[in-house]
Amino acid sequence: MGRYVIRRLLQMIPVFFGTTLLIFLMVNVMGDPIAGLCGDRQCDPATAAQLEAEFGLDKPVWQQYLTYMGNVFTGDFGTAFNGQPVTELMATAFPITIRLTIIAIVFEIVIGISLGVVTGLRRGRPIDTTVLILTLVVISIPTFVTGLLLQLLLGVEWGIIKPSVSPEAPVNELLIPGLVLASVSLAYVTRLTRTSIAENARADYVRTAVAKGLPRRRVVVRHLLRNSLIPVVTFIGTDVGALMGGAIVTERIFNIHGVGYQLYQGILRQNSQTVVGFVTVLVLVFLAANLIVDLLYAVLDPRIRYA
Amino acid sequence: MRGATQARWAACAVAVALTATACGGGDSDSGGGGADGIVSSSWGDPQNPLEPANTNEVQGGKVLDMVFRGLKRYDPKTGEATDMLAEKIETTDSQNFTITIKDGWTFSNGEKITSKSFVDAWNYGAALKNNQKNAYFFQYIDGYDKVHPESGTASAAALAGLKIVNDRTFTAKLSQKFSLWPDTLGYPAFAPLPQQFFTDHDAWLSKPVGNGPYTIDKYAKGSSMNLRKWDEYPGDDKAQNGGIDLKVYTDNNTAYTDLTAGNLDLVDDVPASQLKNVKADLGDRYINTPAGIIQTLAFPFYEKAWDTPDGAKVRQGLSMAINRVQITDQIFQKTRTPASDWTSPVLGADGGFKEGLCGKECTYDKTAAKKLIEEGGGIPGGQLKISYNADTGSHKEWVDAVCNSINNVMGDNKACVGGPVGTFADFRSQVSQQKLSGAWRAGWQMDYPLIQNFLQPVYYTNAPSNDGKWSDQKFDDLVDQANAETDKAKAVSTFQDAEKILVQQMPVIPLWYQNGSAGYSDRVSNVALNSFSVPVYEEIKVK
Repeated sequence: MGRYVIRRLLQMIPVFFGTTLLIFLMVNVMGDPIAGLCGDRQCDPATAAQLEAEFGLDKPVWQQYLTYMGNVFTGDFGTAFNGQPVTELMATAFPITIRLTIIAIVFEIVIGISLGVVTGLRRGRPIDTTVLILTLVVISIPTFVTGLLLQLLLGVEWGIIKPSVSPEAPVNELLIPGLVLASVSLAYVTRLTRTSIAENARADYVRTAVAKGLPRRRVVVRHLLRNSLIPVVTFIGTDVGALMGGAIVTERIFNIHGVGYQLYQGILRQNSQTVVGFVTVLVLVFLAANLIVDLLYAVLDPRIRYA
Repeated sequence: MRGATQARWAACAVAVALTATACGGGDSDSGGGGADGIVSSSWGDPQNPLEPANTNEVQGGKVLDMVFRGLKRYDPKTGEATDMLAEKIETTDSQNFTITIKDGWTFSNGEKITSKSFVDAWNYGAALKNNQKNAYFFQYIDGYDKVHPESGTASAAALAGLKIVNDRTFTAKLSQKFSLWPDTLGYPAFAPLPQQFFTDHDAWLSKPVGNGPYTIDKYAKGSSMNLRKWDEYPGDDKAQNGGIDLKVYTDNNTAYTDLTAGNLDLVDDVPASQLKNVKADLGDRYINTPAGIIQTLAFPFYEKAWDTPDGAKVRQGLSMAINRVQITDQIFQKTRTPASDWTSPVLGADGGFKEGLCGKECTYDKTAAKKLIEEGGGIPGGQLKISYNADTGSHKEWVDAVCNSINNVMGDNKACVGGPVGTFADFRSQVSQQKLSGAWRAGWQMDYPLIQNFLQPVYYTNAPSNDGKWSDQKFDDLVDQANAETDKAKAVSTFQDAEKILVQQMPVIPLWYQNGSAGYSDRVSNVALNSFSVPVYEEIKVK
């Protein structure tokens, strides 16, 4: 197990450098960041030259990348154009997005898996059909539609929630945005669990467990569910990264100042330091989530062993 | 053993969840409209650090307008420059000015405002090493080319043209005659700065201290700013409310939704998609008034094909081929007014706005348009491509409409096409590096309500915002002549003579004047926009 973890960690290094280099190049080919900085009028040439030197934009791209990566390892992610260090932006944005992601994941686990188990055990019954249709509806409606609709109904028409989240983004205000963010994945989790449960319900070991006279609850939770969760855990694990990076739409609708908001602003203003910095951290989150998923396999199914 | 492993995983997950959520306790009341006469208002994240000479966009400008007062102030209603901190500004030759400051003004930290507060601030703003984006505002002061050379390093640390006479008087020598110069001093870049700005810059940036009717109580960068009324403010434009809570919105649609849900008092940018509903939602709590912004189509004069005598005819023809009335009605829902000169209605007749100055060259006329374009040899390259940035501001819709209008006139579906560019930064870099060979969307937002500001920075030879590199000796001469006039009315009419050259040459096609739009809740009253389309915050009353 230990050697497996080390091997995986070593594999992360080229992936990390590759992705950051790609992002760095992509941001750099989008045009001249200084040109956007001065708005509709041109910066005077002297100031533009000064700014370029200050942000290191006058050097060749490979040199910029090396300097940047060098700084990253000392914990310096550079300075955004408004004079704030990127680490400061991260310190405000990441806790909010992590909170939102956790809420979304909890919704996925609680609602998604419960519905999946219920429908998987009652295949073909009315409740199964209803949930299947409902998940199909959720999957086919884009997030921004669900988001705007809930915002309009709950926020404006019925006044149950505030249409926008306050800057501190407390948990209670994030519940609805979290549900919106989770909605599509939630539907997938339900369907995955359902299929997996339905398939394993006919497996030999379940029949054995039932024949041994184990209580139904124990059969379902300890034997059936545990073995059926492997694909679901894989999905949820990779979803952590996707939710954090893909929260742009939800964050925009509910005015949440998280990672998505900072990325959007960074791209709009072509602030390479912000964009590359945030994406770098997101890449790390993706890698870590994937590693944890792989390690969880062993916990769920002892037959899976790592050399 | 296996059970223990599971328990550990569960404990781990719970711990992660707790640490991440524990910090989210904060009070949830701070977001909405509060009590005690506090007005909550929408805001956007300022693009640059909040320094007077470094703020060149509306969002940062809003704050400066609340926390700073300069020598002059533009009347919120008429846009006219009136004395604020200045007791008098005197000159005999339009080039050497003596400025006297009123007694009794202080910064909100108690520091007295003296000539030094101004001279230090201006020297800071002009110096190349400070990277101030508005440095060019000081270009008329003698010695600017020494502290801010076009390339290389500065050879002087301070502007030679500024001299402190005593605590309340200083003199300014300009490098050329400029009779309207005192009227430019209402721009925030000319604000005085307290000593803390120079001695502890970082602390000042995290909580700017000024001398305006409001002080900054709390500033959370990127998300909100709470401004409170400054009770000892010495000016006569004291705040009529207890304070302003500015709240950053990532999307103006959300701000508008918050307003309709009663969660916000003031939105100063009604999203285009809501213009259809705004009457039903807000009734007469919707404001739509002219602002000092004009939008235009610019051409590349660095391209031979456009810089010909016949080219002027083609541009005039194109101008006449655009149905401005129809586009402003249907696409902009009358939040734009068809342009008929190169200034803005906010200047007023005395200030140099002249409706219809452009005449028939800016009026839709199908047959005359086609005739002119054909006389001029047709559109260079056979097709007009209008470049615009597609990321913000729904430019695609109107560019397509303009092209439709031109295509209709030419009877050719391919006579004009839109050329979207991904981001604003990329668009600007293509414009400034002269990579565009067709037309592009351009525009001008005034810095101060003067006709000079609408003409000189944009059309004078090699002026900083003359992106198309248009040049005309007669125009330049008239501008120089107008600047040297000591009589304001004479100066304005000379500027208008210069504008008439724009009619003949059509270096850019004027499209429409932009309005400022705002909406407010029934909790507040007396809401208005000034000529920069910024709400007049200090006059807002809370019911």
